[in-house]
Amino acid sequence: MKSTKHDKILLAHGGGGQLSDELIRNHILPTFKNDTLAELADSAKLNLASKSVCFTTDSYVVKPLFFNGGDIGKLAVCGTINDLAVAGSKPVALSLSLIIEEGFEFELLEKILASTSEAAKKNKVSIVAGDTKTVEAGAVDKIFINTAGIGVRLAGVELGFEKIKVGDKIIINGTIGDHGMTIISQREGIKFESQLKSDCAGVAELTCHLLENTSGVKFMRDPTRGGLASTLNEISRGSGLSIEICEADIPVNPTVQAGADMLGFDVLTIANEGKFVAIVSPESADDCLNICRNHPLGRKASIIGEVAETRDVPMVEMITRIGGRRIVQMPYGRELPRIC
Amino acid sequence: MLEKIYKAQKVMDEACGALGRQINIMEVCGTHTVSIFRNGIRSTLPKQLKLLSGPGCPVCVTGQSYIDTVLQLAERDDVLIATYGDMIRVPGRGGSLETRQPGANVKIVLSSEDALQLAKDNPEKTVVFVAVGFETTAPATAVVVKEAVENGIDNFCILSGHKLVVPAMRALVSEKNHNIDGFLCPGHVSVIIGYGSYAEIVQRFSRPCVVAGFEPLQIIEGLSEICRQLAAGKAELKSVYAAVVTEQGNTTAQEIIAECFEAVDGYWRGLGKIEKSTLKLKDKYSRFDALKRFDITKTLSEDTSGCRCGEVLCGLIEPPECSLFAKNCTPEAPIGPCMVSSEGACAAWFRYGQKKAVNNEVNQT
Amino acid sequence: MCLAIPARIVELEGDKAVVDAMGNRWRARTTLLPEAKLGDLVLIHAGFAISLVDEEEAKETWQLLREIDDSDQTQEKLSG
Repeated sequence: MKSTKHDKILLAHGGGGQLSDELIRNHILPTFKNDTLAELADSAKLNLASKSVCFTTDSYVVKPLFFNGGDIGKLAVCGTINDLAVAGSKPVALSLSLIIEEGFEFELLEKILASTSEAAKKNKVSIVAGDTKTVEAGAVDKIFINTAGIGVRLAGVELGFEKIKVGDKIIINGTIGDHGMTIISQREGIKFESQLKSDCAGVAELTCHLLENTSGVKFMRDPTRGGLASTLNEISRGSGLSIEICEADIPVNPTVQAGADMLGFDVLTIANEGKFVAIVSPESADDCLNICRNHPLGRKASIIGEVAETRDVPMVEMITRIGGRRIVQMPYGRELPRIC
Repeated sequence: MLEKIYKAQKVMDEACGALGRQINIMEVCGTHTVSIFRNGIRSTLPKQLKLLSGPGCPVCVTGQSYIDTVLQLAERDDVLIATYGDMIRVPGRGGSLETRQPGANVKIVLSSEDALQLAKDNPEKTVVFVAVGFETTAPATAVVVKEAVENGIDNFCILSGHKLVVPAMRALVSEKNHNIDGFLCPGHVSVIIGYGSYAEIVQRFSRPCVVAGFEPLQIIEGLSEICRQLAAGKAELKSVYAAVVTEQGNTTAQEIIAECFEAVDGYWRGLGKIEKSTLKLKDKYSRFDALKRFDITKTLSEDTSGCRCGEVLCGLIEPPECSLFAKNCTPEAPIGPCMVSSEGACAAWFRYGQKKAVNNEVNQT
Repeated sequence: MCLAIPARIVELEGDKAVVDAMGNRWRARTTLLPEAKLGDLVLIHAGFAISLVDEEEAKETWQLLREIDDSDQTQEKLSG
């Protein structure tokens, strides 16, 4: 990493002049080595394999910036990649926009840029366009990131709510709640040491593999904020069908469960950043499961339930460990730790 | 585990069959309310067994005047409010701690120790610790009050909202709700007070009292034991939570409560005034009492009209029987504390999708 | 009204402890449990240990402790 005579970001670094130029040439370009970006054109010119593309955007404001298993940079890449992946596309290119608070340490920025680059490389996407703005102290909380992404849609793949039918199976590629609990464990006021690690990862390689090797995938979504509960409710509402899941089949890391128990949280509502839910035809369920389990990001994949007839209104129900039934509602608002 | 559950269910089925009438068991504790919903326990019980939620939700039974006092103190520039997360959304006059004082001088703490540390770290402010909870939590408050004395931390005080469970159970069964056949007693309060503390309820009122923990098997075994006793015409004191509950309880914790606090008459939302049911700091610690420190006389605030939290807390109605439930009163816009507190019966019913009053059937809207 | 979970004391100095619950480490006080020792399984509520936990009963009572016990025995190697 090139050295700089400044150890903190100044407003001028976003001002379009000499310092901005220095930031781009000495820090951003060398980190994201690619020809498209190096052109420093006003827009990136892309040649895509298909006219049919997916396009998405997301902004990242996570606190703390650095956590066990990742940081805001890695999250910004993986989060957007995952949105493209679950829509049935192969992610190709991302834009990267930074809004940085005056006074933010350069050393931290460099760490974030490095992990952004590493995540992009690992997931075989290029950062082809970007922007940097700096704002006065207090206008943002240290650094906010936005990424937008383009993915090429896989041929012959059509995913949608309308494809979901009663009897379809529901698969998740691994344990739930890891990311959210990790973040919570490192928040001020709650901080506790833990073996917890965010599951932050790009799942596109696995989802593409799934889509290319089976024909039974009907729909996918990544259960980020609001957790599995939120995603299943969205799917239920979107399809107009009910969902029934089995608590005993939902993979949960005991450390995550214990952390949630201590604070009074329901793991079903806690965020994930390296997971996806897939609704698949019953006849393809076993194949899908095996494909997942043969991939590093799917070793603990599990069939957690199925799509069911709606009796009255579409809802998500869970058969609990003891054979009871309860409704899984859409979570509302922010979970707060409690002692009671 | 499943075998034990089937066994307990069989006992319940037989007992309920033998009794031939509806059985009402009050689960006193809010943590039991949540666990019962999360584990779908109602759906596994015999139809004649009705579970009543009780007043064991410290946030729910805290009077309006308490939260209004906290909000009043929160407005002072020289005060930092330290509170458990449970209280942050309780609505008072003009808002809640969350909405009225976003961020600024309200800090969520996970332990009373954190509240004391806040005082050490901010010598120019006075920390007011919002000390709610039952006997499980009161000892933790007592410990830090003593430490404040020992270490001369004068910029610390507490607003005691600590309440006692047995007086509430006594008031319930003797006056408020005569339909309670038995009590599922709170597991962790019992760790402190010992299961022997419920002997009075068993002997004076002939109601079975069974202490259970919060795992689903615990709750089912506890309910099963109550049913068994009722079918046999008995009323006994028992605990199925042998891992942590003893007859005498935690005497160290009891002593420290007795050293710092005295039981005085107190107001419980829904139950009204109950004799010797709330904890007040003893005179020798009175300078750590926020009411004295800030010279506050608490006045009884009016509860919002239409709010039937009181009846919910006594197990007289189920949340959907309140006309405000799920219409004007929702978790996003709560009117009463039973909807705010994660352990409140109304919040639990809403959150777990139970919109109609039921008899152990999972119902949709 | 009382969230409390079993955790093992892994550090203890006076009445200041660090407890481990399935890999989460919390600070806790043993002020209310003077008989607690290093290595004991205790019940933690709001930052305080309030009871010793009987090890055998614990496995019967808490699902999580049973799971850890089971997985130790079968030595599962799957990674998340």
